[in-house]
Amino acid sequence: MKPRVATAWLGGCSGCHMSFLDMDERLIELADRIELVYSPIADVKEFPPNVDVALVEGAVTNSENHEMAHIIRRNARFVVSFGDCATTGNVTAMRNRFTSEQIQQRAYIELADLNPQLPSEYTTLAQLLTTARPLHEVIPVDAYLHGCPPTADQIWFTVSELLAGRVPVLPPAYLRYG
Amino acid sequence: MAIITFSIDGEHYSAREDQTILEIAREHKIPIPTLCHLDGLSTVGACRLCLVEIEGSAKLQPACTAKPVEGMVIRTNTDRLKKYRRTIVELLASEGNHQCAVCVVNGHCELQNLAYEVGLDHVRVPYLFPSKRLDATHKDFVIDRNRCVLCTRCVRVCHEVEGAHVWDIGGRGINCEIIGDMNQPWGESESCTSCGKCVRVCPTGALFEKGATVGEMHKERGFLKYIVTARNKQQWIATAHEEE
Repeated sequence: MKPRVATAWLGGCSGCHMSFLDMDERLIELADRIELVYSPIADVKEFPPNVDVALVEGAVTNSENHEMAHIIRRNARFVVSFGDCATTGNVTAMRNRFTSEQIQQRAYIELADLNPQLPSEYTTLAQLLTTARPLHEVIPVDAYLHGCPPTADQIWFTVSELLAGRVPVLPPAYLRYG
Repeated sequence: MAIITFSIDGEHYSAREDQTILEIAREHKIPIPTLCHLDGLSTVGACRLCLVEIEGSAKLQPACTAKPVEGMVIRTNTDRLKKYRRTIVELLASEGNHQCAVCVVNGHCELQNLAYEVGLDHVRVPYLFPSKRLDATHKDFVIDRNRCVLCTRCVRVCHEVEGAHVWDIGGRGINCEIIGDMNQPWGESESCTSCGKCVRVCPTGALFEKGATVGEMHKERGFLKYIVTARNKQQWIATAHEEE
């Protein structure tokens, strides 16, 4: 049976996933070797059980991210912090010096072109946490992949190592923030 | 000057007795990480990254200030030192706001390089995400304390080389920060000569020149008007007005 791989998108810009797609023709080889069971680039609604590897992009910045992080940890054997936001908080965490009220006021009222209103008025929407946190401050993480975004080569190296049954230890050239 | 002999990492060396362990290590290409140290400035032993072990002493010594004595046995790269160095970089990372992706020195940063050198794949202590002050009141330069690691290179270069002594450290403990002119806005400083030395010695993006970030550059096209009219006007030096 092929390894069951998932990718998830928490509080990030999706740039890490764009970089994943930058693996180009290697994606064809990857498609033969893995089963992609959950991803923003696959139409799957629920994070499935019994996942071998999960690449998680983004910081944990709202209630949905927080819940999702725990769902991922419960269902995935090996969790990779995928990119700088997951690893350090990065750009997502730049809002941490402001209160969530200040941020929402700025984003949804002051900068609104039409219908200014606060998401906090809707209980069905995810609510901002007090601060955005790197993934490993919320759930235990097994490996880290840096970069904003990580390069396609870094991602390929990490995934290849995992598929070979090894815990990826990034060579110095692949340890790279920003 | 007396010559002494000692060992570093099992190899025997000799040096003048006034040389520091760091100077000797650099001469012999023995890598010891540093951050606050910069050739040309005084040494303060503040960052603790260059700590080395000395046999018979429980206390670690900063290589930048410590001098060997006859027969000393020095180790520069033990597991204990590696652990401490990584922890120091982790603490520096967690006490600031270092978003490499949006930093003016991304890829040219001494803190980034140190992180790679010590194998920092993630920070194990909780990030503090502190609120630090940014001062963009100076006409040419900006200080963003979010990226400051308090190495005091700016303080030292301004005092020791420029002779202006604009910068100092204000506050205590976790609230320490670089202050100018006893904590006045940089743009109002009467002692700053705008020489830019502090900007050049800063190991991170905490001190930078304006015009370096997105949307800051102003194109100056006045030169074209001057070139076009110079022959007619028989005027070969542009006036300030025409350069604008």
